[in-house]
Amino acid sequence: MANRVPIPANNSSLIAMIADEDTIVGFLLAGVGNVDIRRKTNYLIVDSKTTVKQIEDAFKEFTTREDIAIVLISQFVANMIRFLVDSYNKPVPAILEIPSKDHPYDPAHDSVLSRVKYLFNAESVAGDRR
Amino acid sequence: MSGQSQRLNVVPTVTMLGVVKARLVGATRGHALLKKKSDALTVQFRQILKKIVSTKESMGDIMKTSSFALTEAKYVAGDNIKHVVLENVKEASLRVRSRTENVAGVKLPKFDYSADGEATKNDLTGLARGGQQVQQCRVAYIKAIEVLVELASLQTSFLTLDDAIKTTNRRVNALENVVKPRLENTISYIKGELDELEREDFFRLKKIQGYKRREIERKMVIAREQQAIEKLQLQQGVSFETSHNLLAGTTGKDEDIIF
Repeated sequence: MANRVPIPANNSSLIAMIADEDTIVGFLLAGVGNVDIRRKTNYLIVDSKTTVKQIEDAFKEFTTREDIAIVLISQFVANMIRFLVDSYNKPVPAILEIPSKDHPYDPAHDSVLSRVKYLFNAESVAGDRR
Repeated sequence: MSGQSQRLNVVPTVTMLGVVKARLVGATRGHALLKKKSDALTVQFRQILKKIVSTKESMGDIMKTSSFALTEAKYVAGDNIKHVVLENVKEASLRVRSRTENVAGVKLPKFDYSADGEATKNDLTGLARGGQQVQQCRVAYIKAIEVLVELASLQTSFLTLDDAIKTTNRRVNALENVVKPRLENTISYIKGELDELEREDFFRLKKIQGYKRREIERKMVIAREQQAIEKLQLQQGVSFETSHNLLAGTTGKDEDIIF
């Protein structure tokens, strides 16, 4: 393990969330939430009044902030800004689509999982990838 | 396209042949190594693929459980619990640590979640009623975070590995289909040129040898002829040389002759 290089700046990062209120409350209860000095939160509660623009801005902000390692996003929210989520291809922060209470989870919509499934099928059918 | 354009522009010399041969050896070794790296990455990649699929499926269950726990807590503690929770947010006690793991020279980010500091700050939430349900809900969501963090690190590894495999395969193919044929073509070109030079040289040497031999033969013939003439003259009594000298004596100036 000599060449395991720790990343000093990312030593303890946050988990950001864009989801409905219930999911956020649950995760906040677990202790994920963070409010900094400027009253900036690391989560966005999406309800019926939230506009797509707000979600987009939050997504862009979370994916560019350096202290965030994982962005959890409800799948129905991800569907609203699907083009942004699909065009995002950086490894860090990782985007995770999570199911929410009112919206059942559909693996077909998940951008990463669909790729995984595609590769899986290609592998099992052709036996060789690329 | 093939032939002329598929080789390096070099001067065909023996030194250059050595250099190009060394490069071909290097390219071959590099190709073998990269191929191995690509294989190692692919093995890792497939493992991660399997893990991602199973973890994604289990994530659905875990989220369902935690949502249910939250509903329970809400039912017991009243709906206003969420306002308490939303107001209580100060600093994250659950954080993510990232470290890198090295797989065949590719650095894969790995996330570990860590609960630090005061994990008990929501302890008083639901003190009036439903405290146990709230704590259960908390535990359920921490478990969910655990799975989600694992999934996130798998997903990050997946994306990184995908990228790494693509670049490695591109390099392998470039070495195999561009660099190596080009070097091989260059080597054969240099060898051909060198062979031609050698043949030319050989031909020239042969030519010179033949010329020299003919010259010697010609001289031998002349010498033999002269010998034959001399012998004939000796038989006649007077040598060709002396008669010549005699003639030269009459034509030259003689001191005894007055007129």
